[in-house]
Amino acid sequence: MKWYEFLLHNRVEVFQRIIEHLGLVAASMAIALAFGLPVGIWLVRRAKLQRWVIGVANVLQTIPSLALFGFLIPVPWIGGVGASTAIVALSLYAILPILRNTCIGIMEVDPAVVESARGMGMTPRQVLWQVQLPLAAPVLLAGVRVATAMCIGIATVAAAIGAGGLGVFIFRGLAMVNNQVILAGAIPAAGIAIAVDSGLGYFQKSVDKR
Amino acid sequence: MKSPTDSLQDGCALSFQDTTYRLPSGNALISNLNLTVARGETLILLGRSGSGKTTTLKLINRLLDASEGDILIAGKPIRSLDPIELRRGIGYVIQDAGLFPHWTVERNVGLVPRLDGWPDEKIRARVREMLSLVGLPPEEFAERRPSGLSGGQKQRVGVARALAADPPILLMDEPFGALDPITRADLQKEFLALAARLQKTIVFVTHDVREALYLGTRIAVLDQGRLVGVYTPGEFLKTSEPEIHAFAASLHSGAAGEGAQ
Repeated sequence: MKWYEFLLHNRVEVFQRIIEHLGLVAASMAIALAFGLPVGIWLVRRAKLQRWVIGVANVLQTIPSLALFGFLIPVPWIGGVGASTAIVALSLYAILPILRNTCIGIMEVDPAVVESARGMGMTPRQVLWQVQLPLAAPVLLAGVRVATAMCIGIATVAAAIGAGGLGVFIFRGLAMVNNQVILAGAIPAAGIAIAVDSGLGYFQKSVDKR
Repeated sequence: MKSPTDSLQDGCALSFQDTTYRLPSGNALISNLNLTVARGETLILLGRSGSGKTTTLKLINRLLDASEGDILIAGKPIRSLDPIELRRGIGYVIQDAGLFPHWTVERNVGLVPRLDGWPDEKIRARVREMLSLVGLPPEEFAERRPSGLSGGQKQRVGVARALAADPPILLMDEPFGALDPITRADLQKEFLALAARLQKTIVFVTHDVREALYLGTRIAVLDQGRLVGVYTPGEFLKTSEPEIHAFAASLHSGAAGEGAQ
Protein backbone atom coordinates (compact mmCIF):
# COMPACT_ATOMS: atom_id res chain seq x y z
CA MET A 1 0.00 0.00 0.00
CA LYS A 2 1.34 3.43 -1.00
CA TRP A 3 1.43 6.21 1.61
CA TYR A 4 -1.43 8.13 0.00
CA GLU A 5 -3.56 4.99 -0.12
CA PHE A 6 -2.80 4.52 3.57
CA LEU A 7 -3.94 8.10 4.27
CA LEU A 8 -7.15 7.60 2.31
CA HIS A 9 -7.88 4.25 3.97
CA ASN A 10 -7.32 5.58 7.45
CA ARG A 11 -8.70 9.07 6.87
CA VAL A 12 -10.62 9.17 10.13
CA GLU A 13 -7.53 8.41 12.19
CA VAL A 14 -5.38 10.65 9.98
CA PHE A 15 -7.77 13.53 10.59
CA GLN A 16 -7.66 12.86 14.33
CA ARG A 17 -3.82 12.79 14.29
CA ILE A 18 -3.63 16.04 12.38
CA ILE A 19 -5.90 17.69 14.92
CA GLU A 20 -3.79 16.28 17.77
CA HIS A 21 -0.65 17.50 16.05
CA LEU A 22 -1.99 21.01 15.50
CA GLY A 23 -3.25 21.02 19.10
CA LEU A 24 0.22 20.22 20.45
CA VAL A 25 1.79 22.95 18.34
CA ALA A 26 -0.87 25.56 19.12
CA ALA A 27 -0.72 24.93 22.87
CA SER A 28 3.09 25.04 22.94
CA MET A 29 3.26 28.18 20.85
CA ALA A 30 0.68 29.87 23.05
CA ILE A 31 2.76 29.12 26.15
CA ALA A 32 6.02 30.09 24.45
CA LEU A 33 4.52 33.41 23.30
CA ALA A 34 2.93 34.14 26.65
CA PHE A 35 6.32 33.66 28.29
CA GLY A 36 8.78 34.67 25.56
CA LEU A 37 7.25 38.01 24.54
CA PRO A 38 7.00 39.67 27.97
CA VAL A 39 10.31 38.26 29.14
CA GLY A 40 11.95 39.33 25.87
CA ILE A 41 10.61 42.87 26.32
CA TRP A 42 11.69 42.90 29.94
CA LEU A 43 15.21 41.75 29.02
CA VAL A 44 15.80 44.48 26.43
CA ARG A 45 17.19 46.87 29.03
CA ARG A 46 19.03 44.20 31.05
CA ALA A 47 22.00 43.24 28.93
CA LYS A 48 23.74 40.98 31.43
CA LEU A 49 20.68 38.98 32.42
CA GLN A 50 19.71 38.80 28.77
CA ARG A 51 22.97 37.02 27.92
CA TRP A 52 22.30 34.51 30.68
CA VAL A 53 18.71 33.80 29.76
CA ILE A 54 19.48 33.44 26.07
CA GLY A 55 22.45 31.24 26.99
CA VAL A 56 20.25 28.92 29.02
CA ALA A 57 17.65 28.84 26.24
CA ASN A 58 20.44 28.02 23.79
CA VAL A 59 21.55 25.08 25.93
CA LEU A 60 17.96 23.82 26.15
CA GLN A 61 17.84 23.91 22.40
CA THR A 62 20.83 21.57 22.09
CA ILE A 63 19.16 18.79 24.11
CA PRO A 64 17.94 16.19 21.60
CA SER A 65 14.15 16.23 21.54
CA LEU A 66 13.74 12.52 22.23
CA ALA A 67 16.01 12.88 25.28
CA LEU A 68 14.12 15.94 26.56
CA PHE A 69 10.82 14.09 26.28
CA GLY A 70 12.40 11.22 28.20
CA PHE A 71 13.85 13.50 30.90
CA LEU A 72 10.45 15.08 31.52
CA ILE A 73 8.57 11.82 32.09
CA PRO A 74 9.62 11.36 35.75
CA VAL A 75 9.25 15.07 36.63
CA PRO A 76 6.25 15.60 38.95
CA TRP A 77 3.44 17.99 37.91
CA ILE A 78 4.61 18.70 34.37
CA GLY A 79 5.94 15.23 33.58
CA GLY A 80 4.40 11.83 32.94
CA VAL A 81 3.24 10.24 29.75
CA GLY A 82 0.97 12.15 27.41
CA ALA A 83 0.26 15.43 25.70
CA SER A 84 0.97 17.79 28.62
CA THR A 85 4.59 16.63 28.90
CA ALA A 86 5.03 17.05 25.16
CA ILE A 87 3.60 20.56 25.33
CA VAL A 88 6.08 21.52 28.07
CA ALA A 89 9.00 20.23 26.01
CA LEU A 90 7.83 21.89 22.81
CA SER A 91 7.32 25.22 24.60
CA LEU A 92 10.88 25.06 25.91
CA TYR A 93 12.15 24.70 22.34
CA ALA A 94 9.92 27.47 21.01
CA ILE A 95 10.85 30.02 23.66
CA LEU A 96 14.40 30.68 22.45
CA PRO A 97 13.63 32.00 18.96
CA ILE A 98 10.73 34.06 20.29
CA LEU A 99 12.66 35.51 23.22
CA ARG A 100 15.77 36.23 21.20
CA ASN A 101 13.95 37.83 18.29
CA THR A 102 11.84 39.96 20.64
CA CYS A 103 15.03 41.34 22.23
CA ILE A 104 16.85 41.81 18.93
CA GLY A 105 13.81 43.27 17.17
CA ILE A 106 13.32 45.93 19.83
CA MET A 107 17.02 46.69 20.21
CA GLU A 108 17.41 47.15 16.46
CA VAL A 109 14.78 49.89 16.29
CA ASP A 110 16.55 53.10 15.22
CA PRO A 111 17.69 54.82 18.47
CA ALA A 112 16.91 58.21 16.89
CA VAL A 113 13.28 57.17 16.52
CA VAL A 114 13.01 56.00 20.12
CA GLU A 115 14.77 59.13 21.39
CA SER A 116 12.47 61.43 19.48
CA ALA A 117 9.47 59.45 20.74
CA ARG A 118 10.61 60.00 24.32
CA GLY A 119 11.59 63.60 23.64
CA MET A 120 8.12 64.32 22.23
CA GLY A 121 6.59 63.23 25.53
CA MET A 122 5.42 59.68 24.90
CA THR A 123 5.19 57.57 28.04
CA PRO A 124 7.38 54.44 28.19
CA ARG A 125 4.27 52.36 27.53
CA GLN A 126 3.35 54.44 24.48
CA VAL A 127 6.90 54.17 23.17
CA LEU A 128 6.74 50.38 23.54
CA TRP A 129 3.30 49.81 22.01
CA GLN A 130 3.20 52.53 19.37
CA VAL A 131 6.84 52.63 18.29
CA GLN A 132 9.07 49.78 19.41
CA LEU A 133 6.75 46.80 18.99
CA PRO A 134 5.32 47.82 15.59
CA LEU A 135 8.85 48.43 14.29
CA ALA A 136 10.14 45.18 15.82
CA ALA A 137 7.18 43.21 14.46
CA PRO A 138 8.89 41.80 11.34
CA VAL A 139 11.86 40.47 13.35
CA LEU A 140 9.57 39.24 16.08
CA LEU A 141 7.38 37.39 13.59
CA ALA A 142 10.45 35.84 11.99
CA GLY A 143 11.14 34.29 15.42
CA VAL A 144 7.56 33.05 15.68
CA ARG A 145 7.90 31.53 12.21
CA VAL A 146 11.08 29.65 13.08
CA ALA A 147 9.60 28.45 16.37
CA THR A 148 6.38 27.24 14.73
CA ALA A 149 8.11 25.32 11.95
CA MET A 150 10.43 23.73 14.51
CA CYS A 151 7.53 22.80 16.79
CA ILE A 152 5.63 21.14 13.95
CA GLY A 153 8.69 19.02 13.19
CA ILE A 154 9.58 18.13 16.78
CA ALA A 155 5.94 17.38 17.63
CA THR A 156 6.24 14.20 15.55
CA VAL A 157 8.67 12.87 18.19
CA ALA A 158 6.06 13.50 20.90
CA ALA A 159 4.27 10.33 19.82
CA ALA A 160 7.09 8.44 21.54
CA ILE A 161 5.69 9.50 24.93
CA GLY A 162 2.07 8.89 23.98
CA ALA A 163 1.17 12.45 23.03
CA GLY A 164 -0.36 11.41 19.71
CA GLY A 165 -0.04 13.48 16.55
CA LEU A 166 1.30 12.51 13.14
CA GLY A 167 4.38 10.96 14.75
CA VAL A 168 2.16 7.99 15.61
CA PHE A 169 2.33 6.88 11.97
CA ILE A 170 6.09 7.41 11.85
CA PHE A 171 6.71 5.22 14.91
CA ARG A 172 4.19 2.67 13.66
CA GLY A 173 5.97 2.55 10.30
CA LEU A 174 9.33 2.14 12.04
CA ALA A 175 7.96 -0.79 14.07
CA MET A 176 6.47 -2.37 10.97
CA VAL A 177 9.57 -1.58 8.89
CA ASN A 178 7.17 -0.02 6.41
CA ASN A 179 8.40 3.14 4.69
CA GLN A 180 4.97 3.96 3.29
CA VAL A 181 3.48 4.23 6.78
CA ILE A 182 6.41 6.42 7.87
CA LEU A 183 5.75 8.66 4.88
CA ALA A 184 2.06 8.80 5.78
CA GLY A 185 3.15 10.58 8.98
CA ALA A 186 6.07 12.55 7.62
CA ILE A 187 4.51 14.02 4.48
CA PRO A 188 1.42 15.57 6.12
CA ALA A 189 3.67 16.96 8.90
CA ALA A 190 5.96 18.54 6.31
CA GLY A 191 2.90 19.83 4.43
CA ILE A 192 1.54 21.48 7.56
CA ALA A 193 4.95 23.04 8.29
CA ILE A 194 5.20 24.51 4.80
CA ALA A 195 1.61 25.77 4.81
CA VAL A 196 1.88 27.42 8.24
CA ASP A 197 5.29 28.89 7.45
CA SER A 198 4.16 30.49 4.22
CA GLY A 199 1.01 31.79 5.93
CA LEU A 200 3.13 33.43 8.64
CA GLY A 201 5.57 34.64 6.00
CA TYR A 202 2.77 36.41 4.20
CA PHE A 203 1.62 37.96 7.47
CA GLN A 204 5.19 39.00 8.26
CA LYS A 205 5.46 40.88 4.96
CA SER A 206 2.16 42.60 5.52
CA VAL A 207 3.24 44.07 8.88
CA ASP A 208 6.57 45.32 7.53
CA LYS A 209 5.68 48.91 6.82
CA ARG A 210 9.13 50.37 6.89
CA MET B 1 -4.33 70.53 28.09
CA LYS B 2 -2.23 73.15 29.88
CA SER B 3 1.46 72.58 29.67
CA PRO B 4 3.90 73.70 32.33
CA THR B 5 5.66 75.86 29.77
CA ASP B 6 2.57 77.93 28.98
CA SER B 7 3.24 80.78 31.35
CA LEU B 8 6.44 82.24 29.97
CA GLN B 9 5.83 85.85 30.78
CA ASP B 10 9.14 87.07 32.05
CA GLY B 11 12.08 87.86 29.79
CA CYS B 12 13.97 84.77 30.80
CA ALA B 13 12.56 81.58 29.36
CA LEU B 14 15.11 79.15 30.55
CA SER B 15 18.04 79.20 32.90
CA PHE B 16 20.70 76.80 34.06
CA GLN B 17 21.74 77.42 37.64
CA ASP B 18 25.06 75.88 38.49
CA THR B 19 24.01 72.71 36.70
CA THR B 20 26.26 69.67 36.71
CA TYR B 21 25.60 66.38 34.99
CA ARG B 22 27.62 63.36 35.98
CA LEU B 23 27.64 59.86 34.56
CA PRO B 24 27.09 57.05 37.08
CA SER B 25 30.87 56.53 36.88
CA GLY B 26 31.38 60.02 38.34
CA ASN B 27 32.67 61.69 35.16
CA ALA B 28 31.13 65.11 34.78
CA LEU B 29 29.87 65.76 31.25
CA ILE B 30 28.58 69.20 32.21
CA SER B 31 30.22 71.16 35.03
CA ASN B 32 28.63 74.08 36.89
CA LEU B 33 26.78 75.49 33.93
CA ASN B 34 25.23 78.92 34.41
CA LEU B 35 23.35 80.07 31.36
CA THR B 36 20.19 82.05 30.70
CA VAL B 37 18.17 81.93 27.53
CA ALA B 38 15.95 84.92 26.86
CA ARG B 39 12.42 84.56 25.63
CA GLY B 40 12.19 84.50 21.82
CA GLU B 41 15.91 84.28 21.17
CA THR B 42 17.85 81.64 19.29
CA LEU B 43 20.68 80.53 21.51
CA ILE B 44 23.32 78.45 19.80
CA LEU B 45 25.27 75.84 21.73
CA LEU B 46 28.55 75.60 19.87
CA GLY B 47 31.39 73.21 20.62
CA ARG B 48 33.49 70.34 19.37
CA SER B 49 32.31 66.74 19.48
CA GLY B 50 32.06 65.64 23.10
CA SER B 51 31.92 69.18 24.48
CA GLY B 52 28.52 68.52 26.09
CA LYS B 53 26.21 70.36 23.68
CA THR B 54 23.74 67.52 23.24
CA THR B 55 23.91 66.63 26.92
CA THR B 56 22.99 70.23 27.77
CA LEU B 57 20.02 70.02 25.41
CA LYS B 58 18.80 66.75 26.87
CA LEU B 59 18.93 68.19 30.37
CA ILE B 60 16.31 70.74 29.29
CA ASN B 61 13.65 68.18 28.33
CA ARG B 62 14.79 65.78 31.04
CA LEU B 63 15.91 63.01 28.70
CA LEU B 64 18.75 63.36 31.21
CA ASP B 65 18.36 64.63 34.75
CA ALA B 66 20.87 67.08 36.19
CA SER B 67 22.99 65.64 39.02
CA GLU B 68 23.45 69.00 40.74
CA GLY B 69 22.00 72.45 40.36
CA ASP B 70 18.70 73.48 38.86
CA ILE B 71 17.23 74.27 35.50
CA LEU B 72 14.36 76.73 35.56
CA ILE B 73 11.70 77.16 32.91
CA ALA B 74 9.58 80.26 33.48
CA GLY B 75 11.01 80.41 36.97
CA LYS B 76 10.00 76.87 37.89
CA PRO B 77 12.59 74.18 38.53
CA ILE B 78 11.97 71.46 35.95
CA ARG B 79 12.62 68.72 38.45
CA SER B 80 9.31 69.66 40.05
CA LEU B 81 7.48 69.07 36.75
CA ASP B 82 6.24 65.79 35.31
CA PRO B 83 8.78 64.88 32.59
CA ILE B 84 6.09 63.69 30.16
CA GLU B 85 4.10 66.94 30.46
CA LEU B 86 7.30 68.96 30.28
CA ARG B 87 8.39 67.28 27.03
CA ARG B 88 5.01 67.79 25.38
CA GLY B 89 5.48 71.50 25.95
CA ILE B 90 8.94 71.56 24.34
CA GLY B 91 9.52 70.94 20.64
CA TYR B 92 12.41 68.60 19.86
CA VAL B 93 14.18 68.19 16.53
CA ILE B 94 17.17 65.87 16.09
CA GLN B 95 19.68 65.28 13.34
CA ASP B 96 18.09 62.26 11.68
CA ALA B 97 14.63 63.75 12.25
CA GLY B 98 13.65 60.56 14.11
CA LEU B 99 10.38 60.27 12.20
CA PHE B 100 8.36 57.13 12.85
CA PRO B 101 8.88 55.08 9.69
CA HIS B 102 5.65 53.12 10.15
CA TRP B 103 3.48 56.24 10.27
CA THR B 104 2.43 58.63 7.52
CA VAL B 105 3.74 62.20 7.51
CA GLU B 106 0.33 63.34 8.74
CA ARG B 107 0.37 61.02 11.73
CA ASN B 108 3.97 61.92 12.54
CA VAL B 109 3.22 65.64 12.58
CA GLY B 110 0.05 65.11 14.61
CA LEU B 111 1.86 63.12 17.30
CA VAL B 112 1.92 65.56 20.20
CA PRO B 113 -1.59 66.98 19.58
CA ARG B 114 -2.87 63.39 19.59
CA LEU B 115 -0.98 62.60 22.81
CA ASP B 116 -2.57 65.72 24.28
CA GLY B 117 -6.01 64.46 23.27
CA TRP B 118 -7.00 67.07 20.66
CA PRO B 119 -10.13 66.21 18.62
CA ASP B 120 -9.36 64.59 15.23
CA GLU B 121 -10.61 67.49 13.12
CA LYS B 122 -8.46 69.98 14.98
CA ILE B 123 -5.39 67.72 14.60
CA ARG B 124 -6.03 67.38 10.88
CA ALA B 125 -6.32 71.11 10.38
CA ARG B 126 -3.24 71.76 12.50
CA VAL B 127 -1.14 69.18 10.60
CA ARG B 128 -2.10 70.80 7.31
CA GLU B 129 -1.22 74.24 8.65
CA MET B 130 2.17 72.98 9.92
CA LEU B 131 3.07 71.23 6.65
CA SER B 132 2.29 74.39 4.69
CA LEU B 133 4.37 76.38 7.17
CA VAL B 134 7.47 74.29 6.48
CA GLY B 135 6.92 74.41 2.72
CA LEU B 136 5.45 70.95 2.12
CA PRO B 137 2.07 71.08 0.32
CA PRO B 138 -0.20 68.88 2.53
CA GLU B 139 -2.15 67.38 -0.36
CA GLU B 140 1.12 66.06 -1.77
CA PHE B 141 2.88 64.99 1.44
CA ALA B 142 0.33 64.15 4.15
CA GLU B 143 -0.17 60.54 3.08
CA ARG B 144 3.47 59.74 2.35
CA ARG B 145 5.70 57.67 4.55
CA PRO B 146 9.10 59.00 5.73
CA SER B 147 10.91 56.45 3.53
CA GLY B 148 9.53 58.32 0.51
CA LEU B 149 11.04 61.66 1.53
CA SER B 150 14.41 63.29 0.84
CA GLY B 151 16.67 64.25 3.77
CA GLY B 152 15.59 67.88 3.56
CA GLN B 153 11.90 66.95 3.45
CA LYS B 154 12.29 64.66 6.48
CA GLN B 155 13.86 67.49 8.42
CA ARG B 156 11.00 69.80 7.44
CA VAL B 157 8.53 67.22 8.70
CA GLY B 158 10.61 66.97 11.89
CA VAL B 159 10.28 70.74 12.40
CA ALA B 160 6.54 70.62 11.63
CA ARG B 161 6.12 67.85 14.19
CA ALA B 162 8.04 69.78 16.83
CA LEU B 163 5.89 72.89 16.25
CA ALA B 164 2.53 71.11 16.03
CA ALA B 165 1.41 71.64 19.62
CA ASP B 166 2.76 75.23 19.54
CA PRO B 167 5.38 74.81 22.27
CA PRO B 168 7.04 78.04 23.47
CA ILE B 169 10.46 76.33 23.53
CA LEU B 170 12.15 74.49 20.69
CA LEU B 171 15.25 72.32 21.08
CA MET B 172 17.19 71.51 17.93
CA ASP B 173 20.10 69.09 17.90
CA GLU B 174 22.13 69.59 14.71
CA PRO B 175 18.93 69.55 12.71
CA PHE B 176 20.66 70.38 9.44
CA GLY B 177 23.89 68.45 10.09
CA ALA B 178 23.19 65.51 7.79
CA LEU B 179 22.01 67.54 4.79
CA ASP B 180 23.86 68.43 1.61
CA PRO B 181 25.22 72.02 1.56
CA ILE B 182 22.59 73.41 -0.80
CA THR B 183 19.60 71.93 1.04
CA ARG B 184 21.17 73.02 4.32
CA ALA B 185 21.52 76.62 3.13
CA ASP B 186 17.86 76.60 2.03
CA LEU B 187 16.66 75.27 5.35
CA GLN B 188 18.82 77.71 7.31
CA LYS B 189 17.33 80.61 5.42
CA GLU B 190 13.81 79.36 6.05
CA PHE B 191 14.67 78.72 9.68
CA LEU B 192 15.58 82.38 10.13
CA ALA B 193 12.28 83.51 8.63
CA LEU B 194 10.36 81.01 10.74
CA ALA B 195 12.15 81.95 13.96
CA ALA B 196 11.46 85.65 13.37
CA ARG B 197 7.82 84.94 12.67
CA LEU B 198 7.03 82.46 15.46
CA GLN B 199 9.02 84.09 18.27
CA LYS B 200 9.89 80.78 19.88
CA THR B 201 12.67 80.40 22.39
CA ILE B 202 15.12 78.18 20.53
CA VAL B 203 18.16 76.31 21.78
CA PHE B 204 20.11 75.10 18.78
CA VAL B 205 23.10 72.74 18.90
CA THR B 206 25.71 72.83 16.16
CA HIS B 207 29.45 72.39 15.63
CA ASP B 208 29.34 74.50 12.50
CA VAL B 209 30.62 78.04 13.19
CA ARG B 210 29.09 79.48 10.05
CA GLU B 211 25.72 78.09 11.00
CA ALA B 212 26.11 79.46 14.53
CA LEU B 213 26.97 82.95 13.29
CA TYR B 214 24.20 82.91 10.72
CA LEU B 215 21.33 81.65 12.87
CA GLY B 216 22.10 82.64 16.44
CA THR B 217 21.09 85.72 18.37
CA ARG B 218 23.72 84.59 20.87
CA ILE B 219 26.32 81.83 20.82
CA ALA B 220 27.24 79.86 23.93
CA VAL B 221 30.55 78.08 23.47
CA LEU B 222 31.12 74.85 25.36
CA ASP B 223 34.43 73.09 25.86
CA GLN B 224 34.77 69.83 27.78
CA GLY B 225 31.50 70.39 29.60
CA ARG B 226 32.32 73.95 30.65
CA LEU B 227 30.87 77.16 29.36
CA VAL B 228 33.65 79.22 27.75
CA GLY B 229 31.44 82.24 27.20
CA VAL B 230 28.31 83.62 25.58
CA TYR B 231 28.70 86.03 22.67
CA THR B 232 26.64 87.78 20.09
CA PRO B 233 27.82 86.91 16.56
CA GLY B 234 29.59 90.30 16.44
CA GLU B 235 31.45 89.74 19.71
CA PHE B 236 32.28 86.18 18.77
CA LEU B 237 34.57 87.21 15.93
CA LYS B 238 36.41 89.79 18.05
CA THR B 239 37.08 87.90 21.24
CA SER B 240 40.54 86.67 22.14
CA GLU B 241 39.45 83.53 24.02
CA PRO B 242 41.68 80.68 22.72
CA GLU B 243 38.86 78.15 22.20
CA ILE B 244 36.88 80.77 20.25
CA HIS B 245 40.03 81.57 18.31
CA ALA B 246 40.31 77.95 17.30
CA PHE B 247 36.77 78.09 16.03
CA ALA B 248 37.22 81.40 14.29
CA ALA B 249 40.42 80.12 12.66
CA SER B 250 38.57 77.10 11.34
CA LEU B 251 36.24 79.53 9.61
CA HIS B 252 39.04 80.89 7.49
CA SER B 253 40.65 77.55 6.77
CA GLY B 254 37.22 76.31 5.72
CA ALA B 255 37.58 73.24 7.91
CA ALA B 256 34.45 73.81 9.93
CA GLY B 257 31.54 72.89 7.79
CA GLU B 258 30.77 73.73 4.21
CA GLY B 259 27.46 75.14 5.40
CA ALA B 260 25.95 78.56 4.88
CA GLN B 261 27.50 80.67 2.19
